[in-house]
Amino acid sequence: MQITLQQFAFAAIALLVLGSAVMVVTLKNIFHSLLFLALSFLGVAGVYLLLSADFLAAVQVLIYIGAIVVLMMFALMLTHRVMTTNLSQTLGQWWVTSLPVALGILTILFRVFVLYPWGVKAPVGAAPTTGIIGRTLLTKYVLPFELASIVLLVAMVGAIVLAKEDKLDDSA
Amino acid sequence: MIPLEWYLGLSAALFSIGIFGVFSRRNAIGILMGIELMLNAANINLVAFGRFLHPTMLTGHVFAVFVMTVAAAEAAVGLAIIIAAYRNVGHINVDKISVMRW
Repeated sequence: MQITLQQFAFAAIALLVLGSAVMVVTLKNIFHSLLFLALSFLGVAGVYLLLSADFLAAVQVLIYIGAIVVLMMFALMLTHRVMTTNLSQTLGQWWVTSLPVALGILTILFRVFVLYPWGVKAPVGAAPTTGIIGRTLLTKYVLPFELASIVLLVAMVGAIVLAKEDKLDDSA
Repeated sequence: MIPLEWYLGLSAALFSIGIFGVFSRRNAIGILMGIELMLNAANINLVAFGRFLHPTMLTGHVFAVFVMTVAAAEAAVGLAIIIAAYRNVGHINVDKISVMRW
């Protein structure tokens, strides 16, 4: 089997994604694992590019790396003394519980994915997706679109209410 | 041409790594990181299925956008809860946060 350039790129990106994901869950220093999480998100953006999903790749970089990782960094700075790295971050007996669960789910997923006949259609060439996504969001999926904005608004208000300091108890 | 099974295998491995992170971390932020990895794996699946099974309709892309929205909301609320817990308990070790009220 001839390995094409595309397949080589996929292998490299998959190695990046999985390697940095393993670092995310195993590293002792939680700040370093957060940086590896950003690297893993970047690799997933590369996977989107290979799937010719240009809009999603850009959104992945903007939302995950630009917003979620930075948000987590803020939370980490607020709750954790970054300099103290020798705090135990993981469960002591992780190989008893976590490893069998993860490996079992991996086996089940692999069996389903490999054995099921998916009926793959002939692929179309790469084309810009942004316009079609926007049109679909504002015609067919306009109700979920509006609901998603309400979810974001409620989450924002909830986050502010939860995170703000409770001054009412002192005055009362 | 990359076969569909490669993408599915990648997302299965990423999902399992996320599960492992959620189960093995003590730090609440580490658990959130595992959840984000799992959401990314699900997104890869959605886009790959959309590309290989319905190449002309971009339903998978649209659904992935919704998943990202929910992931952003989840991260914001989750981190706010973690900060509130830190303010009340003084740490975010989920093994030690076991009281229902204080």
